[in-house]
Amino acid sequence: MSAQHEKEMWTAKLRKAWQKNLPIEKLLPDTQPAYVASWIYLFGVATLSALGVIIFSGLILAFEGPSWYHLSSPGHFVNSLHFWSVQLFFVFMVIHLWGKFWMAAWRGNRMLTWVTGGIAFVASIGTAFTGYLVQTNFDSQWISYEAKDGFNSVGIGAWFNVTNLGQQLLLHVAFMPLILGVITVIHVLMVRAKGVVPPIDAFNKVLEEKK
Amino acid sequence: MSTRHELESAPWAGRTRRYDILKEGTAALVIITVIVVALSAFFGSPDDKQITFKEWAINAPADFYATSVQELAGTSGSAGYGAPYNTASSGVNVGPFHLAQIIGVKHPVDNVNDFVITPLTTFNNSPDVASGLKQWQGADSKTHLAWATAYDSALGKANQDASKVPAGDYGPVPQLATGLLTMAKSGSLDGVLLSQGNYFQNDNTKQTLFLGDGNYFNDQSTAAHLQGDTWGMMNETGRYPGQAWLWLYSFWYQIPPFNNGDSHPFGANADAYIMVIMGILSLSLVCMPLIPGIKALPRKIPVHRLIWRNYYEEENL
Repeated sequence: MSAQHEKEMWTAKLRKAWQKNLPIEKLLPDTQPAYVASWIYLFGVATLSALGVIIFSGLILAFEGPSWYHLSSPGHFVNSLHFWSVQLFFVFMVIHLWGKFWMAAWRGNRMLTWVTGGIAFVASIGTAFTGYLVQTNFDSQWISYEAKDGFNSVGIGAWFNVTNLGQQLLLHVAFMPLILGVITVIHVLMVRAKGVVPPIDAFNKVLEEKK
Repeated sequence: MSTRHELESAPWAGRTRRYDILKEGTAALVIITVIVVALSAFFGSPDDKQITFKEWAINAPADFYATSVQELAGTSGSAGYGAPYNTASSGVNVGPFHLAQIIGVKHPVDNVNDFVITPLTTFNNSPDVASGLKQWQGADSKTHLAWATAYDSALGKANQDASKVPAGDYGPVPQLATGLLTMAKSGSLDGVLLSQGNYFQNDNTKQTLFLGDGNYFNDQSTAAHLQGDTWGMMNETGRYPGQAWLWLYSFWYQIPPFNNGDSHPFGANADAYIMVIMGILSLSLVCMPLIPGIKALPRKIPVHRLIWRNYYEEENL
């Protein structure tokens, strides 16, 4: 195949861009910059780990149905796994987010890494909210009754009907996890492609010497 | 000459350390799983039983009865709500825009028929209800409204005690409300309200609106500290953490002018304005690196020196 043909192919372009920006050494590194040595870095991987437990426990709940956990001890335990992993997920994610803010982690062409992280945070709130709506208990009754006013007030309630259990269940187990999952994967790949942001003053000496 | 931006964008060329990403990921997953299992085993999770119409009718029959009358009279909260359920009011607004009204009625709810008349048509073992329905269906809507509002008003004056309501021209309204109360106490109203004559049904909008029109549901949530004016949106039943991540959303409801429903325009339209505020703040979070002032804070407040303390010491920065 000629170089010209290859140049025009979408597939070839994607492969070359991938190889250039995210070679396997970056995707699965065995070294990190020396400055990546703070407890704050643990909260990114902790957030992902909690998300893993959320997905696993959520899958079990999905297969057993929305009312299973009311009726059996194993069901209640799996629901508890889901509940606590969500709580930890948010704790870890908020600490991770604050850490990245104080690092000004968007520096050095990492703006989209921040943006995808921010979208993931907002999507997580939406995903958790739909989860609270499908608990099929008193809490979900009340949350749906209260929340309808907010969504109705700006017209969103016409399509996002919090009192429609069927709609919310589908959104919670399919649509929202899909959005959150895709954004999270993109976010992690961008971290690997762009690398961990260097310390704010890492290049002060270099820049002063060049003046 | 390289700029700071170019240096920060380029692959790191300084000192490195060993890093096994798979090992770290696996260790984190195991540790987090152990913590989650421990929390679940020790604390469980909240699961307060759902409220049914049967429970409501048995525990607060006067409230249920009065709410049924209000549904017939069109004086309940949901009957006067507006879009997306009906056209009874223009709803809340943001400036000149009544957004829900512009979009229109997307989930039509007919309080009289959906909540009272249609369920009663399935209740066959009461001669009083049967004659009441016959009388109701033989009258026009103007007469319906006159009967129901007269009885609703009289019941209100009698402090919701039906036995103290003076005689009047109420048509079949008392029989219908009594019939619905009996039906609810038997448990059959729960299923009928959901199914609305269908086999498959998974939309609880009508049940939720009817339940919310009464005081019983609200009283239960007040007792559980779930009301909006007590940070209820981020609370959970029992002594469990709730949606703490909604604290900023709940926060606006606690402060003036949003905590005063009589304050125009913001308090009276708090739901809409707070949604707009939260939309703007969410967008600001996503676009924070572009916001002047805020994006400069990490340089001005040196928390980063704490985060990279070892590196700064080693490099004499």
